[in-house]
Amino acid sequence: MNENKGEVIKVSGPLVVARGLKGARMYEMVRVGESRLFGEIIEIKGDSYSIQVYEETEGIGPGQPVWRTGEPLSVELGPGLIKSIYDGVQRPLDKLSYEFGEYIVRGAEKPALDRSIVWEFIANVKIGDNVGPGDILGTVKESNLVVHKIMIPPNFSGIIKKIESITGNVDEVIAVIEGEDGKDHVLTMVQRWPVREPRPVSKKIMPVEPMFTGQRVIDMFFPITKGGTACVPGPFGSGKTVVQHQLAKWADAQIVVYVGCGERGNEMTDVLMEFPHLKDPASGESLMERTVLVANTSNMPVAAREASVFTGIVIAEYYRDMGYSVALMADSTSRWAEAMREISGRLEEMPGEEGYPAYLGSRIASFYERAGSVICLGSDQRKGAITVIGAVSPPGGDLSEPVVQATLRVVKVFWGLDDKLAFSRHFPAINWLTSYSLYQDVVDEYADRIFKGEWSKYRKTAMEILQREAELEELVRLVGVDALPHEDRLLLQAAKMIREDFLHQNAFDDVDTYSSTEKQFRLLKLIIIYYEKIKKAFKEGATLAALTKLDVLEDIAKAKFIPEDNKKQFDTIEKKIEDSIVSLT
Amino acid sequence: MADVAKEYRTVTEIVGPLMIVEGVSGITYGELADVKLANGSLRRGRVLEVSGDKAIIQVFEGTSGLSPQDVKVRFLARGMELAVSIDMLGRVFDGFGRPIDDGPAIIPEKYLNVNGSPINPFARDYPNEFIQTGVSTIDLLNTLVRGQKLPLFSGSGLPHSRLAVQIARQAKVLKTGEKFAVVFAAMGITFEEAEFFIADFRRTGAIERSVVFVNLADDPPIERIALPRMALTTAEYLAFEKDMHVLVIMTDITNYCEALREISAARREVPGRRGYPGYLYTDLSTIYERAGRIKGKKGSITQIPVLTMPEDDKTHPIPDLTGYITEGQIIINRALHTKGIYPPVDVLPSLSRLKDKGIGEGKTREDHADLMNQLYSAYARGKNAKELAVVLGESALSEEDLLFVKFADEFEDKFVRQGENENRSIEESMRIGWELLSMLPRGELKRIREKFLDKYLPAR
Repeated sequence: MNENKGEVIKVSGPLVVARGLKGARMYEMVRVGESRLFGEIIEIKGDSYSIQVYEETEGIGPGQPVWRTGEPLSVELGPGLIKSIYDGVQRPLDKLSYEFGEYIVRGAEKPALDRSIVWEFIANVKIGDNVGPGDILGTVKESNLVVHKIMIPPNFSGIIKKIESITGNVDEVIAVIEGEDGKDHVLTMVQRWPVREPRPVSKKIMPVEPMFTGQRVIDMFFPITKGGTACVPGPFGSGKTVVQHQLAKWADAQIVVYVGCGERGNEMTDVLMEFPHLKDPASGESLMERTVLVANTSNMPVAAREASVFTGIVIAEYYRDMGYSVALMADSTSRWAEAMREISGRLEEMPGEEGYPAYLGSRIASFYERAGSVICLGSDQRKGAITVIGAVSPPGGDLSEPVVQATLRVVKVFWGLDDKLAFSRHFPAINWLTSYSLYQDVVDEYADRIFKGEWSKYRKTAMEILQREAELEELVRLVGVDALPHEDRLLLQAAKMIREDFLHQNAFDDVDTYSSTEKQFRLLKLIIIYYEKIKKAFKEGATLAALTKLDVLEDIAKAKFIPEDNKKQFDTIEKKIEDSIVSLT
Repeated sequence: MADVAKEYRTVTEIVGPLMIVEGVSGITYGELADVKLANGSLRRGRVLEVSGDKAIIQVFEGTSGLSPQDVKVRFLARGMELAVSIDMLGRVFDGFGRPIDDGPAIIPEKYLNVNGSPINPFARDYPNEFIQTGVSTIDLLNTLVRGQKLPLFSGSGLPHSRLAVQIARQAKVLKTGEKFAVVFAAMGITFEEAEFFIADFRRTGAIERSVVFVNLADDPPIERIALPRMALTTAEYLAFEKDMHVLVIMTDITNYCEALREISAARREVPGRRGYPGYLYTDLSTIYERAGRIKGKKGSITQIPVLTMPEDDKTHPIPDLTGYITEGQIIINRALHTKGIYPPVDVLPSLSRLKDKGIGEGKTREDHADLMNQLYSAYARGKNAKELAVVLGESALSEEDLLFVKFADEFEDKFVRQGENENRSIEESMRIGWELLSMLPRGELKRIREKFLDKYLPAR
């Protein structure tokens, strides 16, 4: 029997068992059956190879051929990734739809990088230069926002024998390098990399630079850093996807990789239709100019869903290696975990908690560990970062379930979504009492330098007010609001203002959808100085009734709709607060 | 390739709805099989697993009365297909697409594989066309759009069927001259319930543009696994080949999931939550995700699945996993029903995820979003105050809170409540909404922009 060809002996859903693949390795890619479906070897027992197949297996049966490819599941990396939309195994969905129609047909194949695009490669090394892993050979302008750096692949070094600035597609030879083995190696603009293997870096460093997102509850209260990790768990309908979309839109990352893992088809369409029209607040360019999409919707094959988060993270790592700060959103990691569970069940593995495989925790941890702030390979010691934000969809919103718990062990930021908030249409429904960010100190340090120490001061005051409100609410439930001392009732009013006028943010309003840090700061400052002033006025004899019916309250409530370029209006309102309270005492 | 004519008499094991046949060759996964009984009657099976010369077959009509000694199995070398034709409109079929209404046989235009293929997300068109159902709680607060999948989460004894029928009867878009169809998939419901739907379709003439698939409570449960796929294949054919706007009503998804669990248990698979298989999510998604619109095609598929939540528990795996796939949910509430309010839609936890794209200027009216948000938040506040009043007595409430309590009551009575044949236009629903808001002080209407308050808020 041909060494590269075996035969199917068993088919059970997405799991196929084959024999006669002697020499095949774990995670090697194979093609299964007459229709050449994509598959990956996930278990080897003697001459029996278990293969997870990335496509519907109807019509596959014993006796059909299986071909080895000799290569693990890999992605193509090079110019053309930006603005693409891929499925879980990096097939370009746009190209597939042009060629094969509106349904995804089995065995369909197209190269991930479009060969018809001609790129302009500008070399910035010269003949005779010594180059090592990660060194930049030259650049390609990939989109209006991204300069793509063509790098020497990891684990390779040598002397440049030939290099040229050329115009051509990604397969065009750009350099010839004499390697340490004395042989000549030809380099093009494309690299391949196995998805399950993290791309090496020079070293990891602590993430200390904040990644602002334009979302007030996140930036001010539960911030994240470039290179940090966060999770967004919440029951359905609590707004996970909107939070993820908002971050993909407004986070100040240079590259965004959005992985739609086992989620709704219409949501991906939404991203595809909306992003080209949205403008990056920093550059004014379309957001698509910095975005790569990986979409494996829930009804697409489950094995490809399992692979999709890895496909996404390798692409993120590749741009990180160029020295960019990358944000990766994975929506939802629960679907990814369920894909693992499904495959594990078919392999008849001994289940851990709730049927999930025993290695669930370690898989999740190793995924989030691929985030981080790093010194990249390459002699210029450039820095890059990957921020990973994973949505988790726990059954019934129950945070004690295994995926949430395994995730919480590794992530540093927890944005807990609350369905009670969602029901009262408080969005983003991030619960301010249960959420946390372990990056708060470093972000405070950073922001306090800009806002002269007041950033953290106002935030802390606001947080105290909210916590006190929660205590008072218990009391109100027992004795009624009228029984509270007037001072506490002033506090309740301030808390309500923080909730409604600051934390509540409308993703669908053109102005409110994004707040710069300065606007966030000014907005919170309004509420806090208002509260401090009325507290003082109350001590000096003003009545509760008068203090809670001030005209200026309406100005504060509408302040979040003040456009970014009209910050003077905040001064006006501050003045008005001052005036109206003075008039009372 | 399989020897099509070959009959196997090598059944060795029968477990629940499953049968194991040995000594087979050339069999593929998903293939159909004819199962012939000793008395000459025929049942339908599908290959669930094939390993070497052994195949596991799921028998749709159940295995009762089968004996390994006298069963003959013939493999058909093709997957499950449905013969489709435009003549299916107005007809009633069983779970395999066989006519059961005494009408003539369907002359097929073509055969389609019922499993369908996933729609390429790139080829999808975003659902953004407002559908007016004539039900205020849906149109104004949980707007349904073409291509959406919006389930009704209900409980036993609640009027979800009446609401589903009302939607089917009244649903229209604010454009005219388009072709509509209703595909109705009944899975494991009672004769009375099925008859209720069909009689209503007949009464209103809707039957002419409907295709009905019925599997009753006493029909073989395993047939329920095939039924929604038959129904959706028909819907795809009507929508994307015949340019129709198809509304698919599927009831009851809970029965479908139970059939799935039955097979999973018979296969001794590792169970997930509450004994349902670990792939329940994936399986449900292959049903729900068949809703949508496709770029360049005129038709659309909108789904209204109905499911009864065991013990009204929203965290039960079936509603839970459904909620994660569908684009929102309409929740039917027992307390409202007991109060005599029809339709008892529990507004606060209900949600339509696609509403934002289907409402506003040019679609419904400019003030739609603001009005919706304000009604929600005022009703939520009223409900909260009511809860407080239960503990403390009404006297403990502030004057403002009392106003909101009154608002919440009026809201349920005037806005939520409507007649079973009352078809409210969106303007009418909005008028009622504004009317109710005028009870509240203007300063409390923070969710509505000033210009809309000026324009639409009725004077008190």
